[in-house]
Amino acid sequence: MPDHSISRVEPRGPRPQRFISRDKLFLYGVLIVFAIYYLLPLYVMIVTSLKGMPEIRLGNIFAPPVEITFQPWLDAWSSTCTGLTCEGLSRGFFNSVKITVPSVILSILIASINGYALANWRIKGADVFFTILIVGAFIPYQVMIYPIVILLRELGLYGSLTGLTLVHTVFGMPILTLLFRNYFSSIPEELFKAARVDGAGFWGIYLKIMLPMALPIFTVAVILQVTGIWNDFLFGVIFTRPENYPMTVQLNNIVNSVQGVKEYNINMAATLLTGLVPLAIYFLSGKLFVRGIAAGAVKG
Amino acid sequence: MNKSISIRELKLNYGNIEVLKNLDLDISEGEFLVLLGSSGCGKSTLLNCIAGLIEPTDGQIFINGRNVTWEEPSKRGIGMVFQSYALYPQMTVAGNLSFGLKNAGVAKHIIDERVNSAASVLQIQSLLGRKPSALSGGQRQRVAIGRALVRDVDVFLFDEPLSNLDAKLRADLRVEIKRLHQKLGNTMIYVTHDQVEAMTLADRIAVMKGGVVMQLASPQVIYNTPANKYVADFIGSPSMNFFRVTLDGGMLQFGDLRAPLDDYPFCGDLRPQDAWLGIRPEHFIFGAASNDADVHFNTVIELVEPMGADTLVWASFSGQTLRFRMDGQADVSPGAIIPVGFNLHRASLFDFDSERRL
Repeated sequence: MPDHSISRVEPRGPRPQRFISRDKLFLYGVLIVFAIYYLLPLYVMIVTSLKGMPEIRLGNIFAPPVEITFQPWLDAWSSTCTGLTCEGLSRGFFNSVKITVPSVILSILIASINGYALANWRIKGADVFFTILIVGAFIPYQVMIYPIVILLRELGLYGSLTGLTLVHTVFGMPILTLLFRNYFSSIPEELFKAARVDGAGFWGIYLKIMLPMALPIFTVAVILQVTGIWNDFLFGVIFTRPENYPMTVQLNNIVNSVQGVKEYNINMAATLLTGLVPLAIYFLSGKLFVRGIAAGAVKG
Repeated sequence: MNKSISIRELKLNYGNIEVLKNLDLDISEGEFLVLLGSSGCGKSTLLNCIAGLIEPTDGQIFINGRNVTWEEPSKRGIGMVFQSYALYPQMTVAGNLSFGLKNAGVAKHIIDERVNSAASVLQIQSLLGRKPSALSGGQRQRVAIGRALVRDVDVFLFDEPLSNLDAKLRADLRVEIKRLHQKLGNTMIYVTHDQVEAMTLADRIAVMKGGVVMQLASPQVIYNTPANKYVADFIGSPSMNFFRVTLDGGMLQFGDLRAPLDDYPFCGDLRPQDAWLGIRPEHFIFGAASNDADVHFNTVIELVEPMGADTLVWASFSGQTLRFRMDGQADVSPGAIIPVGFNLHRASLFDFDSERRL
């Protein structure tokens, strides 16, 4: 019988691991510290939004609420004053929905067809067109604001939700087209050829072959556009009239109002309400988002 | 024989690069033509031109006497099988098979009928409900062939269909494609870089290089009398031995050996010149029998590669490397000296400069 003393075990199978090693302790320590660092402001916001004003005036911003109240949330939604009107964020919310939904659908629809045409159909001048589009992505927005204001005025769309939708659609085009073009380029060319031999045309291939394969990249596009357009402030404040202001602009008007008492709890609740939509989108589509990002990054 | 496909003066340029140079090709009805060549020779490009997936720079393509140069791929009466199978991943096997027919607006009961008959020919009935991702490589390629089959076309185009399969499956499916061709009798054009596939499948092989057909002939002719040195070198594994020789007064001067050229089937006139002598490794004769050969000499064995059925031997003669194939049971080892020889009627002679067959 060979001697199997504990100090000289013959290595076999998976290497034994201690439950908590020093490396792991360090790793998790750093991760936890950073997580706290990022989550702390959120914690303060949530806690503050659930407190009444007397409690806030005590100044312990990290203390949990003694008496939980949802009144600030209700006020923020329906009765706090923005400028002259006092009907809360609700109108801004519905404005934002009315801006975001059509903009997202329209821009993704056009960009996906653009990307498909550029990637698969060798259209004459496709490279030139694509270059122009990409250059467009690098021009700062500020440069284009004034011309667009004039353009919208001439079209009779200045100040309306339609005008803002149009602006968002156009500005989403470069990055989304790039996204879709790269994704469709990564789909094997032979698949496209096979579909052509099978008699599918431009729309047939797009709808029946490409679209069903592009779900991950559509998810990415939806997330990019929803967060981008929902969080937009600049275009919202420039291209709409006060009754059409999106939620972000209204939020700013609430938080930055200089009259009266600063109602921190209402401000916090209003901010959280505004951020809820992009947050929900992230949570709902997390897995698909990662898959789409990874898929789009493979080939350029 | 009716012509199934005719290609007239086909040219294709990508910018300044000439991919296809003034290509003419006629393929008879029911013929199995293999386009053979190394990568970049234009064989796949030619196939894509026939399919209508690449627009030629100039020239015409006729299928069944109809000029299809400007036709859509789906209107040309072709079915195509791709190297990567190119199955639609979101559709079932049945969906893949019927996609082309649905696009053509064929009635539902005819679609079902055709899909079922194609599936039974290829023995994939049990797979009809599956998605391509749940199939093995061989099954996928069967489905891809089936997709061409259901469309009931005159011409099948294969673009390296077996290159993604492992060696055993490749051999199996190769036989199946040959059987399918015998059964259906369609015209088939098959692109490959694998000479075994070309030799076994083809009625005729078109060996291509640099956008030009170097030789178009039956496998036997290409193997026995290659039209030039490139074809001779490309066909056959291991490839042909080439030696620099001199032709003079009806005699072959090879190192310090001389042999009469009486047995060599010359294509043209014989004049004194330098030439390449090509002899296939399997055409050497060994031992006592080699004394009767047109050319015979002793050589020192340098390396032995036993391959079971036969043994490949590397040697040298007058400073040039020599390869020959011996019986698998031959007892040879490096360092041994053996007598070898070959007959000139099995050899090939090529012009030294133009490399054309003499």
